[in-house]
Amino acid sequence: MMRVDDLVEQIAPLQRSDLEDWIRDELIEPRQDAKTLLFTDMECARVRLICTLRYELEIDADTLPVVLSLIDQLYDTRQRLRSLTAAVMMQDKSVQAAIIAAMERDGGSSAADEA
Amino acid sequence: MKDPYETLGVNSSATDKEIREAFKKLARKFHPDLHPNEKAAEEKFKDISAANDLLKDKEKRRRFDAGEIDASGAERPQERFYRDFADGPAYASHAAQDGFASNEDLEEFLARAFAGGGRRSQDRSRARGQDVSYVLPVGFLEAANGAVRSITLSKGKTLQVTIPEGAEDRQMLRLKGQGNPGFGGGPAGDAYVELHIEPHPFFLRKDDNIHVEVPVTLKEAVLGARIVLPTINGPVTMTIPKGSNTGKALRLRDKGIRNLKTGQLGHQLVTLKVVLPSVMEPELVAFLETWQPKNPDNPREGMLE
Repeated sequence: MMRVDDLVEQIAPLQRSDLEDWIRDELIEPRQDAKTLLFTDMECARVRLICTLRYELEIDADTLPVVLSLIDQLYDTRQRLRSLTAAVMMQDKSVQAAIIAAMERDGGSSAADEA
Repeated sequence: MKDPYETLGVNSSATDKEIREAFKKLARKFHPDLHPNEKAAEEKFKDISAANDLLKDKEKRRRFDAGEIDASGAERPQERFYRDFADGPAYASHAAQDGFASNEDLEEFLARAFAGGGRRSQDRSRARGQDVSYVLPVGFLEAANGAVRSITLSKGKTLQVTIPEGAEDRQMLRLKGQGNPGFGGGPAGDAYVELHIEPHPFFLRKDDNIHVEVPVTLKEAVLGARIVLPTINGPVTMTIPKGSNTGKALRLRDKGIRNLKTGQLGHQLVTLKVVLPSVMEPELVAFLETWQPKNPDNPREGMLE
């Protein structure tokens, strides 16, 4: 667990006021423990990601929430895909093969449309 | 570690702005959190970041240029990316206890299920091979009935091409993974085969129907007959009614092309054409000379007003 001070110290380019804005805009959601904000390892990694987007890739402050929302949706979709895949993996081998065959067929027809 | 200029793809006289732009471009492409599909992104991004850390710092860059430090000094400590939390491992920690398949199995299944898909999101260094295209001339009957043909590609490779029953002219067949090989372990491209269907001396295809003009003798036309005529599936017998004139249309049910999508069979549509004997028959000539028609027709009547 890290506190705001730890974060600002550890991530060189991070501006305290920016971090406060991101928390206010709920881009980051630290845990509130009494008066202290606490960041899990995952939240710290998220702050680092936002810093890269904002300071290194120079994404506008206004655009940042849009980008993050898309990233969140990507990871959410990947998690669902994993759950779905895990469910498929628990099925019989013949069922798995049928699903793969159906997906290949699907991929084939869409590519043929392009041509 | 590699030369930082080379890593960022700039030359050693690049300005700060050029370095920043080069880094931005590469970071967009390789930031692991933006590309959770790409396992290799993390290593690449680390190299890019380290090169950038070194070159964006004037003092460090000067010392590197002067040979006082080498590039390894700029290597970053192990950093945990957001995707390490938001992606795979969260699942993996549950997986072990629940008796689910391992994460590797999942990745393998996903890779198989989505083989060839997601062209835009593929790792640039693992490029998919190029698609190749061929034109394959196909006989009329081969296309109508389906066939397997082998074609030899430019590189001496032989491919079996299944021409589906009822294949259409200019139809494109896609042979997945039969194009040029990929780069860096990327998947092979696809081969596209365009079918050019050759015309037939007497069959003509319109949609799923086969049109054919069938000559009949004067005698068959006047008296009626059972004649043998060709279809795309071989000869069949058909009855010609008495008094069938040139232009009479007859239908052979289900003797046409099988529709690719619906599986329904088309028909063969026969148009009769009455032909006189190739060598004149003296008896026929003699008969006609004395013949007085009971209903004298003028077949050109409608054309002369």
